[in-house]
Amino acid sequence: MAGSPAPVPENASTVLLGAADVARVVDRIAHQVIEKAGDALPDVVLVGIPTRGAPLARRLAGRVAAFAGTAVDVGTVDITLYRDDLRTRGVRALEDTVLPADGIDGRLVVLVDDVLFSGRSVRAALDALRDLGRPRAVQLAVLVDRGHRELPIRADYVGKNVPTSRAQKVRVHLAETDGADEVLVVGQ
Amino acid sequence: MKRHLLEAADLDRADATLVLDTAAQIESALAGREVKKLPTLRGRTVVNLFYEDSTRTRISFELAAKRLSADVINFSAKGSSVSKGESLKDTALTLEAMGSDAIVVRHPSSGAPHRLAGWVRGSVVNAGDGTHEHPTQALLDAYTIRRRLGRLDGVRVAVVGDVLHSRVARSNVWLLSTLGAEVTLVAPPTLLPVGVGSWPVQVSYDLDAVLPKADVVMMLRVQLERMNASFFPSAREYSRRYGLDALRLAALGDEAVVMHPGPMNRGMEIAADVADSVRSTIVEQVANGVSVRMAVLYLLLGGASS
Repeated sequence: MAGSPAPVPENASTVLLGAADVARVVDRIAHQVIEKAGDALPDVVLVGIPTRGAPLARRLAGRVAAFAGTAVDVGTVDITLYRDDLRTRGVRALEDTVLPADGIDGRLVVLVDDVLFSGRSVRAALDALRDLGRPRAVQLAVLVDRGHRELPIRADYVGKNVPTSRAQKVRVHLAETDGADEVLVVGQ
Repeated sequence: MKRHLLEAADLDRADATLVLDTAAQIESALAGREVKKLPTLRGRTVVNLFYEDSTRTRISFELAAKRLSADVINFSAKGSSVSKGESLKDTALTLEAMGSDAIVVRHPSSGAPHRLAGWVRGSVVNAGDGTHEHPTQALLDAYTIRRRLGRLDGVRVAVVGDVLHSRVARSNVWLLSTLGAEVTLVAPPTLLPVGVGSWPVQVSYDLDAVLPKADVVMMLRVQLERMNASFFPSAREYSRRYGLDALRLAALGDEAVVMHPGPMNRGMEIAADVADSVRSTIVEQVANGVSVRMAVLYLLLGGASS
């Protein structure tokens, strides 16, 4: 923390967002999605990128329904088989890909992820979407944008911009997967 | 996962379950899609090295590799330098020098994939070696059982027929018992291997006694090409004692399924109407084979290249 006199240990973590902040951020993004979609709101499909994008997409859908009175479709798209770093990072277990029954053709897809970093996950998700259908437009919503992009990708909805160093890690914990809502920056 | 898939006996419960779960995910990811292709193994090269004829297995592996965007080279021993006397080792080293990342090998000699794995840096997948093992067949069988019955733990599987020559039977015995199924081998004594007593299975010579208790009946092909000694008196007698016909099908429980690794000798080990019945998973097994082989290739090749 700022002003701390003692040297900060390397694995020290700073709480960036607490549970109330996460809830507020999700609410704000839900309002922005409603505003930006306008009349096209029923066409919106919130597609989460596993692991933590999936519960975020479901939460967003819940808040959109609460604010606008319109239920929007939710899906998930597993991007593992589309990653370009399998050679260096190794295989991982696959997760579900679930889309609305009538697909995503002609609809407004909002990809939802927890952290936007290099942009490579989003590129993989765009590739996956291309194989799944042809949306009218694709937007991107993230809880945290930590910078360090390696691809020309920009989020349409950002919960919080966080300048980080490459050595730091951003950890997002959600009640659904980790028991509590919290965003931490680890390292210095 | 290890670097190679040489035998089902190598797979522990966690690895085997990972393959089946991955196959299920791949299948659901591709279900209903127009583009049944994933970019996962783009730039990787898979060689199908087949010293024995096998259209079905080769096509299944070829399709699996292509659906993951790998480059595929089909190498059949017939008409190649092998017929000029080149050894397995030299063939393997040649293929590796050409940049293959994985070799899918079928060989008439038991143990050939093991030797191959010692010579090459890439992954080796056993697609059937002699009378030893055929692990991806066992994986696809286990996958099919799990899909049909919803579980493998405690499932009673009767494996019927020429166990002696069947690598499918061997692989299934190891894999299914690893995954918690109870396997009973049913065969004439002449078609059971020496040492079967040490396998984790029960043995019976009486098909009719086993059928009512079985959840799965896995019929093995009578390998006419290997019937070089008098294993049984006549084809008719074999068929009468160990063939699955409509009458025996009726003795099965309501949920029980009939499997066959193919190719079938219709009228010999399995009657035509049984093969075509709703109980039969034979066509499903073929389709599942592609998903399971995609999972195997992904798990072996998706990781860091070593």
